[in-house]
Amino acid sequence: MRLWRKPLDRDRVVVPRGEIHLIVERCKGCQLCVTYCPRDALEMSSLFNAKGYHPPQVRDHQRCVACGLCEMLCPEFAIFVVEVSGEQ
Amino acid sequence: MSNDGVLQGDFFMDGDTACAEGAICAGCRFFGGYPITPATEIAERMSRRLPQVGGTYIQMEDEIASISTVLGASWAGVRAMTATSGPGFSLMMENLGLGIITETPCVLVNVQRGGPSTGMPTLVGQGDMMQARWGSHGHYEIIALAPSSPQELFDLTIRAFNLAAKYRTPVLVMTDETVGHMIERVIIPPPEEIELVYRRRPTVPPDDGYLPFHADPDGVPPMACAGDGYRIHVTGLTHDEKGYPDTVSVETQRQMVERLIRKIRDNRDDIIELREDQVEGADVVVVAYGISARTAARPVRIAREMGLKVGLLKLVTVWPFAEDRIRELAPAVKAFVVPEINMGQIALEVERCAAGQAQTILVPHAGGGLHAPDDILEALRRAVQ
Amino acid sequence: MTEKLTDVVMSKQHPMDNLLRQDRLPHIWCSGCGLGTILTCFVSALIKSGLDLQKVAVVSGIGCTGRAAGYLNLDGFHTTHGRAIPFATGLKLGNPELKVVVISGDGDLVAIGGNHFIHAARRNMDLTVICVNNFNYGMTSGQMGPTTPTDARTSTSPYGNAEHPFNVPYLAAASGATYVARWTALHVRRLERSILEALNKNGFGVVEVISPCPTYYGRWNKMGSALEQMGYYHEQSVIQHGIDPAKADIGLSGEIIVGRFVDVDKPTFGDLQRGFSQ
Repeated sequence: MRLWRKPLDRDRVVVPRGEIHLIVERCKGCQLCVTYCPRDALEMSSLFNAKGYHPPQVRDHQRCVACGLCEMLCPEFAIFVVEVSGEQ
Repeated sequence: MSNDGVLQGDFFMDGDTACAEGAICAGCRFFGGYPITPATEIAERMSRRLPQVGGTYIQMEDEIASISTVLGASWAGVRAMTATSGPGFSLMMENLGLGIITETPCVLVNVQRGGPSTGMPTLVGQGDMMQARWGSHGHYEIIALAPSSPQELFDLTIRAFNLAAKYRTPVLVMTDETVGHMIERVIIPPPEEIELVYRRRPTVPPDDGYLPFHADPDGVPPMACAGDGYRIHVTGLTHDEKGYPDTVSVETQRQMVERLIRKIRDNRDDIIELREDQVEGADVVVVAYGISARTAARPVRIAREMGLKVGLLKLVTVWPFAEDRIRELAPAVKAFVVPEINMGQIALEVERCAAGQAQTILVPHAGGGLHAPDDILEALRRAVQ
Repeated sequence: MTEKLTDVVMSKQHPMDNLLRQDRLPHIWCSGCGLGTILTCFVSALIKSGLDLQKVAVVSGIGCTGRAAGYLNLDGFHTTHGRAIPFATGLKLGNPELKVVVISGDGDLVAIGGNHFIHAARRNMDLTVICVNNFNYGMTSGQMGPTTPTDARTSTSPYGNAEHPFNVPYLAAASGATYVARWTALHVRRLERSILEALNKNGFGVVEVISPCPTYYGRWNKMGSALEQMGYYHEQSVIQHGIDPAKADIGLSGEIIVGRFVDVDKPTFGDLQRGFSQ
């Protein structure tokens, strides 16, 4: 993580990491999660779910910090993030 | 007055007051209403008495809000009532339908006055009887009672709450301005002498398969309320037994509508109450309800003194209509005479059920007063010819 | 699907599922409609509130937003058009232990339900009202409503809306509401917090949420895709807490002032009634 100034406690701060879970059949391809992920961790896939929508997929799993915005934004209760052990 | 605020004893009170006291004796603890002549006294009495018995009175911004609030209170588990007259009754029709499709027990009192429209606010009418049956859109059954005196208004208000709870339906008390404003002796029995029927609750705990609209054999589903833990869903849309909307299934619609109708029709022997006086063997039967049943008493007596064999059939329950009894009597009588303070509403039902086997003679009255006994007597004379 | 989605764990259950009627999902709302997001914020706020969920009742009216009650695993009442608030009043007065929330749309709450809205606010009934404003009647295919901005096109204002819209926070505040806030559906965390504040407060609380209607209002007014419309509302938002809500009108274009406008204390109807009881 690039830092402009180095906080005094940066050695002790753990950057959270997240694991994206998807209930793919609920997705309606609205792209809210992909567009508003602050870490650009998601992208649209070219796959189709049963309803014919493109679900999202993870672009770079290292970028997810488990902020939970995708989970809050998703109108379909189709995506959520589980925090996994972070790194310093 | 007893400790809990409920009245008991002999009183001299008007019909509206008796109605309010009947509700309180029946356990009504919520009134949501709006002032309208000649039902305002019910609201006024409830506003004073409900806080004394631990209940809640709220005056809403209009009659639509009133009936909505009554339905809400009923779903919170409280016996709830509103009272109005013609113009307010019309406003309440949409939500009466909501009460019927969601099977919400509640009581709606209509103190009828001269109509249509603003009409004669301070004078009697009986012109809302068909509206009581068909006023809301869609096809459904309704229970409507018609008292003829303050005492009867007291008694029938209690009966209305019992029927509402037993059959999980709104029940109408179709009284009128004369009964509402006349002052007579009303005997309020001690609580142990008043029979109360309560709504049936679910017999299984939450999350154990309770279906809010799955009926018991008598056609009535046990009712869970908000806050009971059953997490019910109640909707005005056509719904299945879970209560979930199912707006495109002809089969679901059929099942739901038929059950709601059968719920009342199949139980009509329990619901219909008639008071008969010398009806058996009569040549002419006067079919009347509400204040007109009292007005008819004198001409009937005079006719009998003249040697005519006249019976008086008082419809205590107007809806569901006493079809079976009229069909039974029709071949045996020359005519039915129907005095009512409208231009012919229940008379249509009598005529329909008589099916041509007896004449139906209407004695109409446009409203604003009671029948002159001579008008009914004249009809009785015509009937025997 | 022949390939796998990269780095995604396929699941069948969402953490909020126990508060949803899973047998009713997926919901009927269009792709890109803000309602699902708003419902997520509501569920999240409800969990954070610590309220006894058995005692939470949701009342909704008729319209797209009105379907919200049907997706929540709570005591829910889907009532007649415009009458959610008086029904909710009856529920609350019948059992004061209930926490009663009204979730309904702009037309349902301030057109046909307008009278009930202002009187419940006047009485300071203890209710939380979430008003989802998508500027038209979506369920019936996009007619104009009381919040449609002037000049906007809808299916019943094909030459442009010739009316001035209501400013819902202003209406609520003027009528006596003690908590009034407005956010867009994209302001998820702030919306969740406002809902939480309204839930935890006694009195008439109104949270208006600006939501895209990509299928009708957005299409009629050339607002692009659902994503673009949602983004547009968010971009146009200016947060001004505590501002006089009279200044927060919404036009067809231009600023949308959002924030917490009113947060005061006043006795509720229940408080006053208890004071008079024998």
